[in-house]
Amino acid sequence: MTTTTETVVAGQQAESKTFPPLTRTDFVKYQGASGDFHPLHHDDTFARETGFPSVFSVGMLQAGMLASYVTDWLGVENLRRFKIRFADKVWPGDELTCSAVVVDTYEAEDGRRARVELVCARQNGVKALVGDAEFLID
Amino acid sequence: MSYTFPLDYSKVQEFVRAVKANPEQHAGEDAVIPPTMLTSGRMIWEPADQSGFAKLGFDRRRILHGEEEYIFHGPLPRAGQKLTAETTVGDRFEKPGKRGGVMTFAKMITEFRDESGELIATQNSTIIETATTGGKEEGK
Repeated sequence: MTTTTETVVAGQQAESKTFPPLTRTDFVKYQGASGDFHPLHHDDTFARETGFPSVFSVGMLQAGMLASYVTDWLGVENLRRFKIRFADKVWPGDELTCSAVVVDTYEAEDGRRARVELVCARQNGVKALVGDAEFLID
Repeated sequence: MSYTFPLDYSKVQEFVRAVKANPEQHAGEDAVIPPTMLTSGRMIWEPADQSGFAKLGFDRRRILHGEEEYIFHGPLPRAGQKLTAETTVGDRFEKPGKRGGVMTFAKMITEFRDESGELIATQNSTIIETATTGGKEEGK
């Protein structure tokens, strides 16, 4: 669904995307891919002993999903900056919805850029991630 | 101190699947990496004696991820490249925890260079040590 980037203007929104409920398998798959083997994300006993009700997702998993979502829109080769703040935890069974809006376009040293604001929210509307990204649009 | 690691094709495709990326954006043997895959350079390849986390000295049970930023100084790296990374610890500051105690924030900066030594990407991480374990503090 990559957009032709010369048409990008401020106010433009990507179609939001809701992912299927996240499973423990998704967490483990990400941990294997990334090399982040913190037990809080796959070891329920460890998570409970640490004071959590269960394991929870790796923040960088939903960060990666949000990056995938927005780069699928404006093109991964055009990305020049991606930033996220971790606002809330994500739990097994959560359905995440990603959304993106262009807030500004401007001339940078390397060409015309779009600044995009990003949200990844849980099914209850609480934001798990807020972020922003910049893409070259020439 | 730095270390060099490969962007292996199979590992790139494994990461593409794990973060549910569109495979068409990462096709071919010289596939562009998913942007947050730079993190795995540190996770998989960083020698223990260069560990940014170790330098922070934080309690593993109280660590939260606060923020993460990737700046690409040009096109993203591709499968088949070798990158050289170096992590430094940046600013450190404290804030009162929501449930008492002190939260400590620390910045880690990792610079990634290509085979010619050119700086191609910078990763800025904010790591938090919470006052208590299992709390409702902010972060992932």
